[in-house]
Amino acid sequence: MTAGTATAPRVLRSPAEIRRSRIIGIVYLLLAAFVLIVFAVGTEGDATFRLATPDDRFQLPDLVLSAAGLSYTVAAFLAFLGGVQLTRGFGKSTNVILGLAMALVAFAFLGWAAAGKSFSLVGMLQLTVVKSVPITFGALSGVMCERVAVINIGIEGMLLSGAFMGALIGSLAGPWMGILAGVLVGGLLAFVLAVLAIRYRVDQIIAGVVINIFALGITSYLTSSILVENSDTLNQVTIFRAWKVPLLGDIPFIGPIFFNHNFFVYAMYVLVGVIAFALFKTRWGLRSRAVGEHPKAADTLGINVFRFRYLNVILGGMIAGFGGAYFTVGSAGAFDENMTSGRGFIGLAAMIFGRWHPVGALGAALVFGFSDSLQAKLGILQTPIPGEFLLMAPYIVTVIVVAGIVGRARPPAADGQPYVKE
Amino acid sequence: MSDENGVPETDGPAPEERATAEPAGNGPGRGPWARITGAEGDWRSLVLVPVLAVFTALVIGAIIIAVSDIELLSLWGEDAGEAFRQTLARIGDAYGGLFTGAFGSVRGISETLTWATPLILAGLSVAIGFRAGLFNIGAEGQMLMGGMLALVVGFQLNLTIWLHLPLALLGGFIGGAIWGGIPGWLRARTGAHEVITTIMFNWIAIRFVDYALKTPFIQREGRPDRISKDVLESARLPKLLEWIDPQLRLNAGIFVALLAAWAVYWLLFRSTIGFEFRAVGANPDGAKYAGMNVTRSYIMVMAIAGGLGGLAGSTQILSVLGNATPGFSANLGFDAIALALLGRSHPFGVVLAGILFGALRAGGQQMQVASDVGIDLILVIQALIVVFIAAPELIKAIFRVKAVKGTEQITRGWAT
Repeated sequence: MTAGTATAPRVLRSPAEIRRSRIIGIVYLLLAAFVLIVFAVGTEGDATFRLATPDDRFQLPDLVLSAAGLSYTVAAFLAFLGGVQLTRGFGKSTNVILGLAMALVAFAFLGWAAAGKSFSLVGMLQLTVVKSVPITFGALSGVMCERVAVINIGIEGMLLSGAFMGALIGSLAGPWMGILAGVLVGGLLAFVLAVLAIRYRVDQIIAGVVINIFALGITSYLTSSILVENSDTLNQVTIFRAWKVPLLGDIPFIGPIFFNHNFFVYAMYVLVGVIAFALFKTRWGLRSRAVGEHPKAADTLGINVFRFRYLNVILGGMIAGFGGAYFTVGSAGAFDENMTSGRGFIGLAAMIFGRWHPVGALGAALVFGFSDSLQAKLGILQTPIPGEFLLMAPYIVTVIVVAGIVGRARPPAADGQPYVKE
Repeated sequence: MSDENGVPETDGPAPEERATAEPAGNGPGRGPWARITGAEGDWRSLVLVPVLAVFTALVIGAIIIAVSDIELLSLWGEDAGEAFRQTLARIGDAYGGLFTGAFGSVRGISETLTWATPLILAGLSVAIGFRAGLFNIGAEGQMLMGGMLALVVGFQLNLTIWLHLPLALLGGFIGGAIWGGIPGWLRARTGAHEVITTIMFNWIAIRFVDYALKTPFIQREGRPDRISKDVLESARLPKLLEWIDPQLRLNAGIFVALLAAWAVYWLLFRSTIGFEFRAVGANPDGAKYAGMNVTRSYIMVMAIAGGLGGLAGSTQILSVLGNATPGFSANLGFDAIALALLGRSHPFGVVLAGILFGALRAGGQQMQVASDVGIDLILVIQALIVVFIAAPELIKAIFRVKAVKGTEQITRGWAT
């Protein structure tokens, strides 16, 4: 490389990056063709999107768009993005543009699905946030553990145990105690994971699998042996009601989507912010990340690798337990066998898709929550697309991301490796 | 398996390859037992630790039985002697039911072996992955996809049983092999970790089955719910004990499982390919340096593992189930992980562990009838068994057993 290229504003790019950039460009063009053929051609009627809920203070008028017109516009814009991507690229904002393109495709899809009908856009996005809550907590739990290089496959089990304790203790001593119990049981399971992974150096994936089997077994067993007979006294918890944030909750469109929920949603916002700040702006965060990236170097500098791993894994378990309590105390009001039904694994996927970053995890959880709520609302619109494929989407996206076909997620360097002090 | 702790003493008479690449040393103290079976470790870690692990798990299970009855707990304050007696009776009823349900009658043994069939096949699927350093969490999804393909072959074709049944089983193997092979291919070509991809593939398979069961091609006519057409009689695995009692469910699937165990043993410890698999598992860099094709090994191992998982699903569809419903794999694919660990990833160990887990499943149902202890306790016991197998130091500390080698790490971290 000559000095000229080094001083040029264009960043040097490796062959892999160039290839990736081309693939993304082709993806744009394919999406444009897809939108054009499937959503635009032959679609008739206007799609009516409702932008306000009935109890909003400011009633936004409905958004009425020509479904075909919307799809033609989106297709044209995607083709333009593809052209730019293939010729000069978007540089640092590649991923943002990619996200925007996906959102546009989703919008065109909604327009097509709602053609000739009326559809509550605000209701669906509200449900998106709700659906993303347990996924986010699961993902945050994973971030906490994996940043210190302990793989946590047991998120599902921790969520399930948190949900169980939330229902049991919540029924006996009130919802706040239920949450506390959920947090504690999550921490306890994480402690077991930590002891197995750190002290006994058990394969971390096995340890996580064990926690999942154990949690599923013990909660189902106790449900059938204790909860079912005494469901009035032991499995009936007061649910947290939605609370509208003053001012913020009155913002048209945004307010009802983000600021008219119950305690767990606000706790999610706060926790994402706190963990993001703590991981990247504090001494604790720097040390945690050092333990995850290069434990030997961290140890040499006097950081207690084992202490950091124990502490963060237990904190991660507590977060998962808290997220688990959401299922009962924040949503259903009663525990049901295996009620988490794989949310912990979607959380794991969200952590990977969010690149081991708290804010990324929230974003990924929102995307996955979107596909979940879309599936729930598709029945109303009676589209020919089977809902099962939307439920598959998070898993497919994750496989694509870990395979590095579009972008690549890089875990902490020492992830999954036990540390042996010399 | 990591290089520094616990290089497996893989051993198998394949001298011509050992000259070029030796995956592990032929360590001292290896008896004839190890040389014949290819198993590693001394008798303590092979026999004593698993036995003690199962025993300890049952003891803890008994404690859980004792404390999970509210009326019994409140009795302790009033009359401790009576409470103690009743607690013992409750545990006795539960474990008595467990044992008689599993081995106490012809019916029990038949049920045990019926459950053992898919468990052995799925356990082999996980075990062959472990041997090659790959963690196949995807047995559940492979069971589903293999089972679905076997189902389609089973109701769509109309042939004589001598052709139809083998074709259906082959279909199941292929369905699973594709579902396992893709993660293997992704691992080999892109480095995507098989743990992540197989977990995701499980869930994709679960959703796919939900979808497929609603399509007119597969859904049973006249049914609104998710249930498939029935497999034709010519593709069913024949029942073995019908001459004693038509209710006995034991079928020829057990022979498929045992044959598969023998085939996996032969493949791993008697064939060149298997030697490569184990070499790649012990040290991929070393194997590559020795001229082995690591990419091909990863793909083949995962495809074979997937095929075995697919067979596990197929034997279920082609025998006891006869049709598919959502979640017909019944979590057996996850039990298989525990089972492969208990069986020390050795085909013969997997057979024994499969029979034990089959006994737990069969006996669990009887336990639920004989006492009011729920069958879900079996899952707890299985989880505890794995804990003690994976962390033998715990067993060592409880029972003061000496010289137990620590468990080795099977997978590499996600970052590699």
